Amino acid sequence: MNALEVPMRALQRALGVPRIAWIFVAPNLAILGLFTFLPIVVNFYFAFSGGVELYPSQRPYTGLENLQTLFDCENFLDPTTCRKDLFWRAIYNTGKFALLQVALMVGFALITALVLNRKILGRGFFRGVFFYPVLLSPVVVALIWKWVLQREGVLNAVLAAGGGSPVGWLSDASWAFFWCVFVSIWAHMGFYTLILLAGLQAIPGDLYEAAEMDGASPWRRFSRITLPLLMPNLIVVLVLGLIRAVQVFDEIFVLTGGGPGSATTFIVQFIYQTAFAEAIHQYGLAAAASLVLALSLLALTLVQLRFTRRNLAGRGRDNG
Amino acid sequence: MASVGAMLTARRGRGKADWTDWFSYGYLVLGLLLMFGPVLWLVLSSFKSEAALNEFPPQLLPYGQKSVAVAGNEHPLPLFNATLPDGTTRQLAEVRRIGIQSTLVDPKAPDQEFKVNIRDRKPVREFQLALGNYTEIFGKFSFGTFLWNSVFITVVATLITLLFNAMAAFALSKYRFGGRNAVFLLIISTLMIPPTIILVPNFLVVSELGLLNSLWGVIWPAVATPTGVFLLRQYMLTIPDELIEAARMDHASEWRIFWRIILPLSAPALAVLAIFSVMWRWNDFLWPLIVLSRTEKFTLQLALNAFQGELTTQWNYLLAMTVITLLPVTLVFAFLQRHITTGIAASGVK
Repeated sequence: MNALEVPMRALQRALGVPRIAWIFVAPNLAILGLFTFLPIVVNFYFAFSGGVELYPSQRPYTGLENLQTLFDCENFLDPTTCRKDLFWRAIYNTGKFALLQVALMVGFALITALVLNRKILGRGFFRGVFFYPVLLSPVVVALIWKWVLQREGVLNAVLAAGGGSPVGWLSDASWAFFWCVFVSIWAHMGFYTLILLAGLQAIPGDLYEAAEMDGASPWRRFSRITLPLLMPNLIVVLVLGLIRAVQVFDEIFVLTGGGPGSATTFIVQFIYQTAFAEAIHQYGLAAAASLVLALSLLALTLVQLRFTRRNLAGRGRDNG
Repeated sequence: MASVGAMLTARRGRGKADWTDWFSYGYLVLGLLLMFGPVLWLVLSSFKSEAALNEFPPQLLPYGQKSVAVAGNEHPLPLFNATLPDGTTRQLAEVRRIGIQSTLVDPKAPDQEFKVNIRDRKPVREFQLALGNYTEIFGKFSFGTFLWNSVFITVVATLITLLFNAMAAFALSKYRFGGRNAVFLLIISTLMIPPTIILVPNFLVVSELGLLNSLWGVIWPAVATPTGVFLLRQYMLTIPDELIEAARMDHASEWRIFWRIILPLSAPALAVLAIFSVMWRWNDFLWPLIVLSRTEKFTLQLALNAFQGELTTQWNYLLAMTVITLLPVTLVFAFLQRHITTGIAASGVK
């Protein structure tokens, strides 16, 4: 790597010391420019142009047509009356999924963090147990559960042993949705548990001792000390969970493929299918749907910034 | 309500076990079962033969049919518990089967043949690991290629990430140059731009660069991680500037200072980023799914997805592949769990 020393020395002589810093940030900035900032701009052109061509010069400008197509609904509450009924179904599925998943996940993460914060045997071990699935790849997570849930899988075997009849866990629409929420909680809860646990451990123990001396009941100690002091962490966890849940794709795509029917099709899958997986690549429509997704993420991010000004954990991505 | 409260507020160092302790341990044991159970089930199942996988209800442990070598036969014969017409049950080896009639012999006295209905014989089973699941995937599905693609992407992307992010972090932490804060904000702001909202234009960029169906099409868009820059910058801020001043006195070039002083001193932060990066790239799915459409370019994750979607899923091979895919992450977890969990708790990064 010291092959770089000669050209870098030459650049240093040409630019001077503080300005050589630009050379150091250049690779990172170039990559971000090419694969993040440029695409943000180009996405708008895709959203406002039609046709099936990928190259912008071959795409006719169509203004708001894509957005109008997406929002062409007689009754916005009923996806079947929409021209793009799959888009609206995906929107409703995503909304329902995000609210359910985040509420349950944060609830369980809080209980888990409270339990792990107690003086228990094997704390480090149990912390690891709850965290382990976070590291697994979404595809592996989906396959682990697909294997458990398949018609001749172990869950149906347990059910049969108890005298029940087998259930098509992934072929029944309501059950498939339930398992999407469940598997997603299973896979991600450990991460949020850790954040809440860190928050709990930051609460000074003497607060509890003082409250106890004043005769505060345990419930009161929880509601008056633990909960308020944990609130910043809870809000971070809630919004972060929502930002991630709205973008759910990988594990669900492998687990159910969006089905049965469109029961577990979420917005990112709609974008992926519309642009890449269907016979006709409707890049414009997908880009327009991306804008809708981006807008909702922006709203969530603003909420988060509003609550946690100094907290840089405000992250929309979990892969870099 | 009071007891619930006690559980909710209890902290370390308080004696007397009451039911809240039982609740806690019950919860943890249940959690253990729920978190590890399915993974364990997957691993156990991956050692079962195809026949054993098709059984319902399934056995907990991998069992296979016992077979014995019988004189006069080239291959070992499968062993059965056969109920003979006279009502006795004997352990016999099956020589052949025609229709519903099975011809069996006593392994020790292979001359006498018994004929029974196939319903009157039950296979003799023993604990058997079907290791063939693991060895055959390399020949049958070019699994080696997928493994190589995944390893290549993970290793190369991580090395480039470490280099590029460290360079940027060095500039942002150790130089005062016009536009520094703007650059920092620009990089950090991309934390809020998830790749899911720019899939289509990114596809255009990668395709224009001729990187479709190339592993580099997965690597390049991923290497400029804002997380890495942030993590490394925070760490480098703690390295004293005097070290750099001293090196400049000795006429070291800026690159040399970066390479010989800053990088080695940042080793702990680089290690954390390396762990994160390995996990990110190994587990990536959506972007590789879009960029890599040719089978020979598939990563492990894409291959798993493709196989599980096939109509005749061969679960015995799929399970073995899944286990191999989760192995590296599990090893990282086993050895570095403490570092990862404390790192995440401290930085809120995943």
